[in-house]
Amino acid sequence: MSKVKDYIYRPEYECMTRSEMENLQSERLRKTVELVYNNCKPYRAKMDACKLKPSDIRSVSDLSKLPFTVKHDLREAYPFGFYSSPQSDIVEIHASSGTTGKLTVVGYTQNDVDVWSEVAARSLAMTGVTKDSIVHVAYGYGLFTGGLGAHYGAQKIGASTVPASAGNTIRQLTLLRDFGATHLCCTPSYAIYLGTEIQKAGMNIEDFSLVGGAFGAEPWTYQMRDELERLLHIDALDIYGLSEISGPGVAMECMQKCGSHVQEDHFIPEIIDPVTLEPLPFGSEGELVFTTITKTGQPLIRYRTRDLCTLSAGTCACGRTTVKMSKVKGRSDDMLIIRGVNVFPSQIEAAIMNVAGVSPHYMIYVDRVNNLDVMEIDIELDGNLSPDRVSDVESIKKKVETEVNSYIGVGAKIKLCESGTIRRSEGKAVRVIDRRS
Amino acid sequence: MMLVKQLSVFMENRPGRLYKLTHALGKEGIDFVTLSIADTKDYGIVRFIARDNERAFEILRNEGFTVGITELIGVEVDDKPNALAEVVALMEEADMNIEYLYSFVLTNHNTAKILMRVEDTERAVAMLQQKGIKLLSEKIL
Repeated sequence: MSKVKDYIYRPEYECMTRSEMENLQSERLRKTVELVYNNCKPYRAKMDACKLKPSDIRSVSDLSKLPFTVKHDLREAYPFGFYSSPQSDIVEIHASSGTTGKLTVVGYTQNDVDVWSEVAARSLAMTGVTKDSIVHVAYGYGLFTGGLGAHYGAQKIGASTVPASAGNTIRQLTLLRDFGATHLCCTPSYAIYLGTEIQKAGMNIEDFSLVGGAFGAEPWTYQMRDELERLLHIDALDIYGLSEISGPGVAMECMQKCGSHVQEDHFIPEIIDPVTLEPLPFGSEGELVFTTITKTGQPLIRYRTRDLCTLSAGTCACGRTTVKMSKVKGRSDDMLIIRGVNVFPSQIEAAIMNVAGVSPHYMIYVDRVNNLDVMEIDIELDGNLSPDRVSDVESIKKKVETEVNSYIGVGAKIKLCESGTIRRSEGKAVRVIDRRS
Repeated sequence: MMLVKQLSVFMENRPGRLYKLTHALGKEGIDFVTLSIADTKDYGIVRFIARDNERAFEILRNEGFTVGITELIGVEVDDKPNALAEVVALMEEADMNIEYLYSFVLTNHNTAKILMRVEDTERAVAMLQQKGIKLLSEKIL
């Protein structure tokens, strides 16, 4: 029987009628468009190119007139060119990996941190976090938004927050048990790993006080949920977010466990056809696009997430009226998520190119071993080398390992192959084989 | 300097690879004098001396192998107990590190041959010569 009591943190927003929500969104959208047009050079240029003035955007129905924003735009403006507020108003900076080793930077004003805390709090309320709860955060703390996002949400509610951060499984389990954590926040694969390690560590799940958790930063299946819930004796809910939009809490699953509520009074979701870029009606699968309407540091207009999913409207059995998004079903680009870290094959290629002694022919294999993502990169040794000692080869391997790790921030097993053995592709190169699903 | 040429081939550690190499040489009538493999989990380095190293090198290059030529110190000793230890002892006394070493005996010879790669070949050769150790050249094989 479920021990989680889902409650609505902010019913005045989360249960608005459709027309109330649209009016609120329209008002906030107008302000945001005004803000970016007047303060963010790339947006002024984009709107000028479409001959759009802020006054052309009157309501949410005008949203589709606005140009899209893509990750590449943010990279072009690296590091701070997408700010709509002066540097002096920025109080926090996060960053995620970009496609060529350059980071995607997001600056937050105090207002933005408050917005983020608010949506994260609403999310944790769905998994029953109250001021009496003890929330153990095992997401990494740092430039990655996972750790601080969950932290801010738990703090906003007033729960006891344990900022355990990532790593050291035995310590995590000991803290979880001894502190009597009621909620766990981390990636779903790490949560499953923790679950499988309990017995090995000589512990008993009956000695834990866990009831629920918010798990995200990587896509996961319903089968994984079943396993996670069985291992940890909890209700496991999916939390969705991306640093560009805010961080975890952009959307969150309620206890109905079918779809995640988008915090629509802060982020307007759309689904588009990733090829034609035309907006698609509710129920169609396509690429998820967000427009932030309350942020001031680095608001984004029609930001293409590259995540593929569907949206649905209507009143949920939980009482919320906000639009729900399905589980993310894939990507419209080649980004991989490895242990919660965004990885682009092009970054790996760039890293490999820095190492003398290997050829640019490589293949990336991603597997899930014991519920943890494992990446192997097979790469050809330069055929003109004449290695005679094992150490000649090992030093090249070590260089590739170090370079890849410093580019993408996640380790990979490197396997050096004979020249000419990696399959050459005709046409579009197949560089990644993801065997996780 | 008296040195022995050896071929080294980088090879993935999986079935069929060694056959490909030996067959490529065998069908061209190339005879092996020695062959050894340094193995790791994923790959190995096959080291060998052929009767005709230059041709063997050419054949393997054409077949796409990652192959190189290394020069080793070759030593001839009597085929009797402690002969290897005596040579190794000289290296130790001179504080010279041996990176790898192997030995073999040819039929109809009463001597054993020792091949080794060391960090400073020139210094080792001078030392061994000075101690009266018989060094091999490629021709003697």
